[in-house]
Parts: sequence; C-alpha cells; structure tokens
Amino acid sequence: MHLILFLAFGAVCVGGAVNLLAQRHPINSALSLIAVMAALAGEYLLLGAEFVAAVQVIVYAGAIMVLFVFVIMLLNAGEEEETKASRVALLLGVPGMLTGGVLMAWVVLRHSGTEAVAIGALPGHPTDIAQLLFHDFLLPFEVTSVLILIAIMGAVVLASKPESQAGRPD
Amino acid sequence: MNPMLNLWLIPVLPLAGAAINGFLGRKSSRPAVTTVALFFSGAAFAMALWVAMQFSSLSLPYHEYVAHWIRSGSFSVDFAFYLDQLSLVMLLVVTGVGFLIHIYAVGYMWDDPSYYRFFSYLNLFMFFMLTLVLANNYLMMFIGWEGVGLASYLLIGFWFTKDSAASAGKKAFIVNRIGDFGFLIALFLLIKHFGSLNFEQVFQQISPISPETAGAGLLTAIGILLMVGACGKSAQIPLYIWLPDAMEGPTPVSALIHAATMVTAGVYMVARSHVIFERAPTALTVVAIIGTLTAFFAATIGIAQTDIKKVLAYSTVSQLGYMFMACGVGAFSAGIFHLMTHAFFKGLLFLAAGSVIHAVGGEQDMRKMGGLRSYVPWTFLTMGIATLAIAGVPPLAGFWSKDEILWKAYQVSKVYWGIGVITAFITSFYMFRLLYMTFFGDYHGAQVDAHGHGSHGGDAHGHGEPHESPAVMLAPLLILAALSLVGGLVGWGNHFEHFLAPVLGAGEAVEGASRGTELLLMGVSVAVALLGWWLAYVLYYARPELPQKIADALGGFYQTVVHKYYVDEIYAALFVKPLIDGSTRILWQEVDRKIIDAAVNDAGEGARHVSDEARHMQSGNLRSYAGWIAAGSAVVIAFMIWMGVR
Amino acid sequence: MVPLSYYLLLSGFLFGCGVVGFLIKRNIITIFMSIELMLNGVNLSFVAFAAHWHALAGQVFVFFVMVVAAAEAAVGLAIIIAVYRTRETLNVDQMNLLKL
Repeated sequence: MHLILFLAFGAVCVGGAVNLLAQRHPINSALSLIAVMAALAGEYLLLGAEFVAAVQVIVYAGAIMVLFVFVIMLLNAGEEEETKASRVALLLGVPGMLTGGVLMAWVVLRHSGTEAVAIGALPGHPTDIAQLLFHDFLLPFEVTSVLILIAIMGAVVLASKPESQAGRPD
Repeated sequence: MNPMLNLWLIPVLPLAGAAINGFLGRKSSRPAVTTVALFFSGAAFAMALWVAMQFSSLSLPYHEYVAHWIRSGSFSVDFAFYLDQLSLVMLLVVTGVGFLIHIYAVGYMWDDPSYYRFFSYLNLFMFFMLTLVLANNYLMMFIGWEGVGLASYLLIGFWFTKDSAASAGKKAFIVNRIGDFGFLIALFLLIKHFGSLNFEQVFQQISPISPETAGAGLLTAIGILLMVGACGKSAQIPLYIWLPDAMEGPTPVSALIHAATMVTAGVYMVARSHVIFERAPTALTVVAIIGTLTAFFAATIGIAQTDIKKVLAYSTVSQLGYMFMACGVGAFSAGIFHLMTHAFFKGLLFLAAGSVIHAVGGEQDMRKMGGLRSYVPWTFLTMGIATLAIAGVPPLAGFWSKDEILWKAYQVSKVYWGIGVITAFITSFYMFRLLYMTFFGDYHGAQVDAHGHGSHGGDAHGHGEPHESPAVMLAPLLILAALSLVGGLVGWGNHFEHFLAPVLGAGEAVEGASRGTELLLMGVSVAVALLGWWLAYVLYYARPELPQKIADALGGFYQTVVHKYYVDEIYAALFVKPLIDGSTRILWQEVDRKIIDAAVNDAGEGARHVSDEARHMQSGNLRSYAGWIAAGSAVVIAFMIWMGVR
Repeated sequence: MVPLSYYLLLSGFLFGCGVVGFLIKRNIITIFMSIELMLNGVNLSFVAFAAHWHALAGQVFVFFVMVVAAAEAAVGLAIIIAVYRTRETLNVDQMNLLKL
C-alpha cells in the first residue's frame, strides 16, 4: 500500500518535472510545477510530516507559485522560440541524460541496503516542530524573519515604478 | 714593555687630509688645499722620524692593537700594527719620499683645475700604502694592497676626460686584479692550513717545517701564488703591461706610485714572507727567474722608446726585476736595499723628467728635446746625479745596492749574474741615451708659445723658451739628489744587511766567496756601467747619425722592439678579444637576451595568454554562467562523495 | 515499507530536472521555476532522511528552506520585473550587459 501510494505520487512528480522542461510556454511550466508540489505534499504525508506537507501546500503551491503566475501574466511572457541549438540539445541531451540517470539509479539501488521507511515513519506534529523551532532553532528562526523583512523591502524597492529620474528612458 | 707609539696615527693622518681635501677642497683656495695636503703628509713623515728616533729603545717587534675585526670560530684577524726593522725602512721611504713628492706636486699641479682632487687622492694613496707597510697580518696588508691599486687607478686616470688616460687606469686596475686573485688564493691556503693570517702566528708555525725539496707542496704553492700577486702589483712578467700605460698620469704620480712606493709593495710582501719562500726552493727559483727575465726584457724595450716617461717606466720594471732577482736568490735584504735606493734615484728621475716636461711646455718626446742643459741647469744637475746612480757608478747609491744584488746572485748561479750584468750595461746605456737626447745637442723642440698646450695635456703655459722650474719643484729634486749621492753608504760594511738581519735573517756565508772575487765583480759592474755610458755618448752625442743607421740595418727586429715586442697586441688577441667576443655572443645575446629576458617576457606573455583564455568565462551570458556553476558544483559534489566513500 | 533509496532517487530526479531546466531554458521565469524545482527535490530528501533517522530537525530544516525559497522568489521576480522594464524581453541570452 505504501509503495503504491509512493509510486502514484512519484509518477505525478516525475511527470510534472518532465513537463516543466518540455513545455514552451512558461504558464504551462508553472502549472506543472504546481502539480509537482502538490504531489510532493502527498509524499510528505506518507512520511508522516503533516506540518511540512501543510506548509508546502500553503506557502509553496499557494503563495510562491501564485506569485510566479502573477508575474508571468503581468509580463505577458510568450512562448520560447525553438532554435537550432535547442533541437540539437534535445536530440543529444535527452538520451544522454536518460542513460546517465538510469546508470546512477541502478548503482544506487544495487548498493543500498534494506533500509526501509515505514509509512508515517516520523510523525511531525506541529507541537513537536514548534518545540524544536522555538528552543533549539530559535536563532535561525529569528534570522529568517529578518530575512523575510529584507526580502519584502527589496522586492518593493526593486519592482516599484521608478520616479521620473533625469535621463532615464522609460 | 714598549711605550704606546700611536702608530695608527701614521696612516690615519693622510687619510684625514684626503677626507678634508676631498669633501671641502672644491670650494677652497689653492693655498688652503696645499696647506692641508702638506700638513698631513708632513705630519706622517714627522711621526715616522720620531718613531725612528725611538727605535733603539724599543723591544722589537713592536705590536700595536687597535681594534678587533674578524672573529670567526678559531680564525681571528685584528686591526693591528707591527713595527720592526723592515717596516721601519719601508715607513721612512714611503713617508719621506712621499712628502717630498707632495711638495713637488704643489708646483707641478698648480695650474690644474682639479688641484684639490689630486691631493685628496695622493693623501689617500699614502694612507693605503702606510696601512700596507704597517699591517701585522696579511689581510690588513691586502686592504692596503687593494687600496693602493684603487688610488693608482684614480690617479692614473686623473685626467679622465682623456680616453687614453681612462683606459690606462682601467688597464692598471684590471691587471692588478689578476695578480690579486693569486694573492687571495695564497691567503685562503694560509687560512686553511695555518688557521691565521697574522704574520707572527703564521711564521711561527712555518718555521719548524723543513724546506720542501720535492719541488711541490703547500709552501711552494703559497709562494708561487704570492709571487703572482707581486707580479701584478710590481709589474713583472707577465703582468707588467700596465706600468708603461700608467705614464698617462701626472708625473708626480708616476714618481710616487710607479717608482718609489706602490710597485715596491710586491717586493716588500715577498721580503716579509721570506719565511715561506726560504722553505720553498722552487718558489724562490720562480721568483728569481721572473725577476731576471723581466729585468733583461724591460731593459731591451727601454732602449728604443722615445717618450721620456716610457723609458723611465720600463726602467722601473727592469729595476723591480733586479729586486725580485735578489729575493729569488735569498738576498732579501739586498732587495730591500735596492728598493730604498731605487726610490731615491727613480723618484728623482721622474720628478726631474717632470721638470723637463714642464720646462718644454708638455712635450714628452725626447726627439723634440735636446740641448736643455743651458735652459734648466738645476734639473740637468739632479737628473745627471740620478742617471749616474741608476747606472751603478760608485760611490752613488745605485752602485752599492745593485752590486750587492749581483754579488749575491753570483753566489747562487752565474747565469743570473751574467744576465744581471748585461742588463746593467743596457740600463746604463739607455739612461745615458736619455740624458744625451734630452740635455745635449741642439734644441729640436718647437718654440713654446704663449698658452701653448703640450701634447700630453699636463702643462698648459708656455713662456717662449724652456724655463727652469720654480723652487718648490726644485727643492725636492735637490734633496733626492743628495740622498742618491749618499744613500748607498748605509750598505758599506754590510751595515744595512745587519740592520735588517733580525727580520730577514743573516745572509748565508757562502763558501769560496772571497773578498777578491767580490772586488773583481765590483770592477766588472763599474766597467759595464762605464761601457754603457761610452756607447751612449758615441751614439747620441758624438755621432748622432748612427742610431738611425743601426735602426735601419736591424729593420724588422728594431720595429718589434719599438713596439714593445707586440705584447699588448698578443694579450689583446689571446685574452681580451675572446673574452669580449664570448661575452657579447654568449653571455649577452644568448644568456641575457634569450634566456633571462625571454623568461621574464614570456612570463608576462604567458600571464596575458592565460587571462586571455580565462576571459571567455566572463561572457556576460547568464546561461554560460549557469553552466559554469553547474559544472563547478558537480566537481565539488563528486569530490565530497569521493571523500565520503574513502 | 518503501526503501529509503526510492525516496532518494525521486529526490535526485527532481533535482536533476531542475538543473537541466536551469541550463536549457531561455525564458528567465522558467529558469526560476527550475530553481524552485531543485529546492523541492532537496526538501524531499531532507524529510526522507528525517524519517529514516528519526530526527525531527530534518523537517524543521525544510521549514527554513521554504522560507528562504519564498524570500528568494520574491526578490528574484522583482528583479525580473525591473530588468524587463529596460530590456523589454525575457530572453536570458539578451541580458548580457555584464560581458567584458
């Protein structure tokens, strides 16, 4: 059961990732990324990390990806044109990466032991996570809040329309 | 215990004079410079006289320690002075003749624009020479040795704007240096095998060693190497070539350095090292052979020279050969005796020649002189006395010393004696030739016009006719003439030899040397001197057309002699040209340009090429940056995996 | 019971796709999304190991990674907007003013 669920979510992840690469229009890539994230949330739940899964959906899929979609629509991004070089890369690169990937996967599977992870192996209750967060990792927590503050200010400054400055073409 | 004589003052006083004149002389007046120069050299002479007066109350040898210099393990060398009979003789000769020449030079150099520089250098020379003479160890002697070479270079090239003078100075220094190389190796051998350079310590260690009869050995090597140094400094074969060229310097320089004092440093050094030489018969033989050959060889060249100073230069080389011949047969005190008398009459000859040159407004070619007897009577008188002295006419000084040498040489080998006698004949001949060509006959010179310049740049004023020198130049001439007259009498009854015996050892009494033989040989010397005089009289006074006919008859051989046997040309072809060519073609063009310069330039080029290639990384293209980042991180990850797996 | 290596393979695959997209794509927003994909892959790896070693710190770290990703996405997109204003293009090959 665990395995089937893992494989199902895994397939969605893989499919979404490949689709992100394959699509030419960025909005399609954004939507496939959302699918990947949703599937990953499922994977987290399988591992018992409920808080992380929730945060994944809320923050990653719900905020960050929405931001991406906003920007794509704001800038009216169009399709990527296909050049000769990209065709060559496709024809050569895909088989190449496939071979490499298969090789590595085979090596990893050969040499890994029988460590297995049970379903819901480590329940990540919010209380436990909060304990860690506010005791052992208090400093990083505070620092990241400063980081967010800086990011907000930076984003506002960078994206704001410039005041009419002398000699700046608009 | 000996009272403190403050010997250190004797060298230091002239050094002070040199410093004062050197730094302050340019802006000072001539009288001021003169006073400083004469005061300090005179003070040195006065001190030397005072020391001489104390001499009998001293227990010799007298040591004076000034400061320590080198302390390196068990090897130590100090600044210290040493006085014994030998150094006293040298001291008096150097300071006395030096002081007289200083006085003379006041008059000779009066019109020279670099008057102060001349006296600064002259005092500097006195300092170094006195250091050499008073040193108590080989290293301090070597300082003096090198220093007099430096002073010689400075003074030969005194008129350095003249190419020939500058080259002559260079030649002197370089040839001296070659000799110094031998000297240095001898010093190294001394340090290695005897652990010291102090005279007393070295000689104490060497005394018990028996003479090396096998022909080779440490002492022979040291002796020969010391002789190499002496060949350079005292102008013996094969390193004599610098002395004739050194005549480019002002005449007082020639008198002081290249007649009386510096060139005798080699003889002094050999005499001082007699302990070594007496135990190395092969080295002694080398010394004797070199001395004898040089004496004869230089004398033959002197016959054909026409420049008055060049004749005297070759004469000096020849007389130095006599001194080395004396040392080579073991008669060290005879060599020193001849050194002393030679200082008198050769110094006088040079000063008088300077007076002659001054009189004729700078001309040095004897063929343009003649008949000067009536114009410069005092100069003629003194020069005549000197000529008699050098020719070996009794009872003047030269006779006593030269005869002593020939007598001692006869006792060792008749070959030396024979060559010595022939050389004496030639010496007498060319000296009287000089006298007749210069002072007798008709005056062939140009009228010395007002402001006429002599061909050798020294004297620049003319007064219409050859004129006598001022008193300041004549006084030293007269004093030296007096010394040439009576200076040899110290040799009467072997007094001089006995005086030096505590240092140089008593001369060996040779069996079979009878008083009769000695008197016979004396007679031969006198006869030979008079023969030379007569021949010169015939060729240059009575029948002056003869020399040209003889020269034509001898043709090529005569030309060879006139050109000094082409020795300079041979050296140039054998040594100088290959060195210069090698230096140009190999060291400059190959090593310097192609290896060293190329290395540096290529390093720069290489850096430029590398950065040229590396520049492509900074393309501004975001994706290539991304590619590089990916590649780099792949390498790092691979490395970490490898470290983890290890 | 899923072997740990499966999780790691999945994580690695996602990361690899992110890298490839980062290198291949010409639209700058797509490149950004590839970066997010990379981060997600890494998050999966963290959680898997946290479960394997029973260390809750792994999940806490995922939390921090997400915070950083959010901040970076915000600022990065702001930069893209600013660049778009001057260059009028989202083609990364034309943002080459940094070249020597």
